[in-house]
Amino acid sequence: MSEVLNDLGAHIREVCSGVHDARVAHGELTVFTTPGAIVDVAKFLRDDGQCAFAIIIDVCGVDWPGRAQRFDVVYHLLSPTQNARIRIKVAVDEDEVVPSITSIFPGADWFERETWDMYGIPFSGHPDLRRLLTDYGFEGHPLRKDFPTTGFVELRYDEEAKRVIYEPVELRQEFRSFDFLSPWEGPDYVLPGDEKAS
Amino acid sequence: MTEHNVRNFTINFGPEHPSAHGVLRLVLELDGEIVERVDPHIGLLHRGTEKLIETKTFLQAVPYFDRLDYVAPMNQEHAFALAVEKLLDVEIPIRGQLIRVLFSEIGRVLNHLLNCTTAAMDVGALTPPLWGFEEREKLMVFYERACGARMHAAYFRPGGVHQDLPPELVEDIGKWCEQFPAKLNDIEALLAGNRIFKQRNVDIGNVTLEDAFAWGFSGPMVRGSGAAWDLRRAQPYECYSDLDFDVVIGKNGDCYDRWVLRINEMRESVKIMKQCVERLLGDAKTGPFNSMDGKVVPPKRAQMKRSMEALIHHFKLYTEGYHVPEGEVYAAVEAPKGEFGVYLVSDGTNKPYRCKIRAPGFAHLSAMDFMSKGHQLADVTAIIGTLDIVFGEVDR
Repeated sequence: MSEVLNDLGAHIREVCSGVHDARVAHGELTVFTTPGAIVDVAKFLRDDGQCAFAIIIDVCGVDWPGRAQRFDVVYHLLSPTQNARIRIKVAVDEDEVVPSITSIFPGADWFERETWDMYGIPFSGHPDLRRLLTDYGFEGHPLRKDFPTTGFVELRYDEEAKRVIYEPVELRQEFRSFDFLSPWEGPDYVLPGDEKAS
Repeated sequence: MTEHNVRNFTINFGPEHPSAHGVLRLVLELDGEIVERVDPHIGLLHRGTEKLIETKTFLQAVPYFDRLDYVAPMNQEHAFALAVEKLLDVEIPIRGQLIRVLFSEIGRVLNHLLNCTTAAMDVGALTPPLWGFEEREKLMVFYERACGARMHAAYFRPGGVHQDLPPELVEDIGKWCEQFPAKLNDIEALLAGNRIFKQRNVDIGNVTLEDAFAWGFSGPMVRGSGAAWDLRRAQPYECYSDLDFDVVIGKNGDCYDRWVLRINEMRESVKIMKQCVERLLGDAKTGPFNSMDGKVVPPKRAQMKRSMEALIHHFKLYTEGYHVPEGEVYAAVEAPKGEFGVYLVSDGTNKPYRCKIRAPGFAHLSAMDFMSKGHQLADVTAIIGTLDIVFGEVDR
């Protein structure tokens, strides 16, 4: 299986100029490209006879706050004729725009909207880049690593105002993030109460 | 009437409409009774599952998957378990695989029973859901007997399944398989030849295969258009390659074909279940059902009471959890609704760094505008029915 994928990866690298790297790990093929080339790469992967990745499976973002280029946009495609999957990874800066692939795969529409909603990665040329999953009038991009799990606002029905109102989140108890990493092999910070050790 | 008096009419469908199958708000632009444009507003059931999973250990993430497509909960867990196992490089013993396949197929029957019968209800028939729910109830009891919960099972865990099945339960499932086909024939006879049902479904919501691929369809939505594409056959996981079943396909890609296809898929599922039951009572009657190395699956309680080593493992696995090696994988299963995939990124700690859930219903619903354009308003409910959407997984 992975030999076939290695060959396929080599073929893609050879023929498609937009792809600058191809790797196989865990029996899955990943190709790397740049935001400028993504539309051409997607078109190539769909139309090339050896690839024929006709099904759009998924588009999503991954946040790496510590990295120079903060986000990865990850595309998954599936080829029913070759019975193969491929993952395309594009690294983008925080305010970089990614061209939309909706002209190649109409099914990318909602996946790109979701990625915009969750990570704030804008897609240029998208027909209708609105928020998808979050509330009307929501602010922020919830799946970014710097967005707190508890969020910023909560809503309730207000009896006096006779409507739903938004208020800042008030927690009865601090959000508890338990750290179970073992003290003798895990964390590189000093445990509370352990300052004098070492 | 002069030209400027003719205008399109915009109406709201849902979010609380019985045939919206949950909390779907559709903004429909109508020209007379013809649908010009559909704008689905989703996210009313968005709970931030993916964000929550990032804050939990791998084991604690399992129950979130039950709450996605709550019509067939174990199939979702399966995708997550496969993804984690792929990263950990863990093999499941044959008994565990058979149990998983057995319950995946129960999930498929659960889902199709609900979909086929409520799709009929959407177009005006009340009897089918009543007949179908009786069988669903029996299957939910099997869920309960296996894991203690009727719906939110948390039964398929990375490394195997939570508990072994008692032989009586396997026998009862075998007995159920004997009587179910007759019930299914009844339901089919009720609708398949029905004049009204056919008028509402034949030639409605046609999708060509090219469109189905480009829109990211999967499962019955592509098979209905004539592609024999089934992940259980094409990219077999667990022991599906050893089992004998047929991939059912449709011909015209309309709502009616997909309905008939789902009915026939249930027959195939029963066939698979029978084979699993036979093996679970035969050559795989005893033996491990979990990965045995003790680093992923916690030891059994009896062991824990006698062995210090087991006690330590038990404690560590339920607090810290296991560390998953750095890497990224995509694992998909043929869930009843289509391809349910999990894209898992691990950074080497005990929590997933990123867990993207690829729900089939999400891709199907995104094509709502494309499928409904030019249809009558009343056909919108038939199309929602055939898309087989559940908002737990669409909104996540």
